[in-house]
Amino acid sequence: MSERRTLFDKVWDSHVVRKIEKGPDVLFIDRHLVHEVTSPVAFLGLKNRNSKVLYPERTFATADHNTPTINQHLPVKDPLSANQLKALEENAKEYGIPYWGLGHQKNGIVHVIGPENGITLPGVTVVCGDSHTSTHGAFGAIAFGIGTSEVEMVLSTQCIMQVKPRKMRITIDGSLNKAVTPKDVALYIISQLSTSGATGYFVEYAGEVFRNMSMEGRMTVCNLSIEMGARGGMIAPDEKTFSYIKGREFTPKGEEWDKAMAYWKSLYSDADAEFDKEVVFDGSVIEPMITYGTNPGMGIGISSGIPTAESMDGGVATYRKSLEYMDFKEGDAMLGKKIDFVFLGSCTNGRIEDFRAFAEVVKGRKKADHVTAWLVPGSHRVEEAIEKEGILAILEEAGFQLREPGCSACLAMNDDKIPAGKYAVSTSNRNFEGRQGPGARTLLASPLVAAAAAVTGRVTDPRELMELETA
Amino acid sequence: MAYDKFNVLKSSAVPLPIENVDTDQIIPARFLKATERKGFGDNLFRDWRYHPDNSPKEHFVLNNPIYQGKILVGGKNFGSGSSREHAAWAIYDYGFRCVVSSFFADIFRNNCLNIGVLPVQVSPAFLQKIFEAIEKDPKAEFTIDLPSQTITIDASSEQEEFDINPYKKENMLNGYDDIDYLLSMKDEIEDFAGGLPL
Ligand code: SF4
Repeated sequence: MSERRTLFDKVWDSHVVRKIEKGPDVLFIDRHLVHEVTSPVAFLGLKNRNSKVLYPERTFATADHNTPTINQHLPVKDPLSANQLKALEENAKEYGIPYWGLGHQKNGIVHVIGPENGITLPGVTVVCGDSHTSTHGAFGAIAFGIGTSEVEMVLSTQCIMQVKPRKMRITIDGSLNKAVTPKDVALYIISQLSTSGATGYFVEYAGEVFRNMSMEGRMTVCNLSIEMGARGGMIAPDEKTFSYIKGREFTPKGEEWDKAMAYWKSLYSDADAEFDKEVVFDGSVIEPMITYGTNPGMGIGISSGIPTAESMDGGVATYRKSLEYMDFKEGDAMLGKKIDFVFLGSCTNGRIEDFRAFAEVVKGRKKADHVTAWLVPGSHRVEEAIEKEGILAILEEAGFQLREPGCSACLAMNDDKIPAGKYAVSTSNRNFEGRQGPGARTLLASPLVAAAAAVTGRVTDPRELMELETA
Repeated sequence: MAYDKFNVLKSSAVPLPIENVDTDQIIPARFLKATERKGFGDNLFRDWRYHPDNSPKEHFVLNNPIYQGKILVGGKNFGSGSSREHAAWAIYDYGFRCVVSSFFADIFRNNCLNIGVLPVQVSPAFLQKIFEAIEKDPKAEFTIDLPSQTITIDASSEQEEFDINPYKKENMLNGYDDIDYLLSMKDEIEDFAGGLPL
């Protein structure tokens, strides 16, 4: 094998326990994150086989998908949700897994609390029964979502069987324009590559734009890797990464830290390492983005019009069906469209940086009367920071309320459902039909675009509001 | 969980000529609240299949008794989105054993292989022929031969080969799953873990 290896090769190869001839690799998993929705059947399987959890100390459980975002101190009303939460709590207890349930100080969305607690580290493998596990790639980890059969595999053997994906590098240089956030960069990439453009690949993000991003921003980008079909995405760790993780609860300390650093410093793609596919974009052409259709690839610069079916490759009928669901017309402008709901939250944009951005726009303004806004922090830590930094006061002054942490309207398993036919500007990751509630119509966008819509009640270019301030 | 062996399947098919069918459509999130693997077939394509008052939507293909069979034929990029294995369970529990498309999302393909649903990826041209064959005769039969890795339109004998990882093929032919394999190498795994930096 060549000496020149990519970041992905280095981490993957060092975790292969066994190579099966003409088959998948047996890959060791360092960290396994578990939540209430995709784990119960896996635990049942474990019981049926009379197996144990091989490494409970490498396993972490939280409740997030199915939980209410108000009155979390009261018993969960929906009996089915309550049953799943109870099952996870009991399973965690039986198998000795740390469990951060509702009300626990460390509770929050699984992909938000992993990094917050130092569970996510450079050079580790992370899996979870949730496709946005790709988030953790921001630290230079190999992280991807798995199905419930695989959850059972990892519980009982800490391994998974996977064919090594191909490698793609996405390089973006140039400086980003005002009001262009990591979410816009990601939505832009997906709009260019389509929702299946990276299927079969593991992506490395490289170039100035990602180097300049905060860790929060890198998480947003890696989070959305799955929306172009990629198994996951990762960014080489650097000083920003190391200073983010240093001192967190599960981060190695003292001598262990020094040893880990020696390994982490080797984690980059060697010069001339080969990728199966290279894609290059210019960062300076990206505008604040918004989606108009029913998959995350259907995104455009906010000041553009909805493309015509003829201008899209193939699938005219599918394209029209999608616009029909949204009740939009080909050629329509997105700016000015009336909206009904705003959702700020999810593992894509539910971190402190996102609340800061939202507050920057709504500060000194008022929420539009007809808009219902759900502001849901990704974790209790985020919630605390919102309060401490004075953001809560700004939000309340502008007529917003903060809810309690959880996945909420990202997948609408709890009561946070957008009603049929209503439009929601959402900072989450999926605009599929019914994703945010049966019949709900989702416009994916950044926290800045969401904030602008929340105060004007329409799709609005955040630059307009932000320019007023600087003028 | 072990599943039925897969060898040669001869069956008519249900056509769903839509692209980017995501797993939220296959099984919406509000049906993921079970703690056992039971009853997911009833909610397969729930919101395309039923009105909010639970009456069936006449035009949806699963509500049209002309179309029957153990093969589901979907458009390009089938199974994108959420990693929920419940989508594969719903397809299996409804009675499908094979999904045909010109392109599958990764996690969905893996999930299918893990529970005994065979994903068969064909060329866009062959997919078109399959849709045409069903349009001509809704009872048209297809033969999916796993040992020889071929799919045949019986009426015209047109045939195409499909790919499957040889290890996964063995598993499907024998109804084995990965967990048995992994459990058999536990000592090796524990040795390996001892040498890891983190
Ligand atoms: S916020 Fe949404 S995408 Fe993220 S873990 Fe929760 S359900 Fe999954």
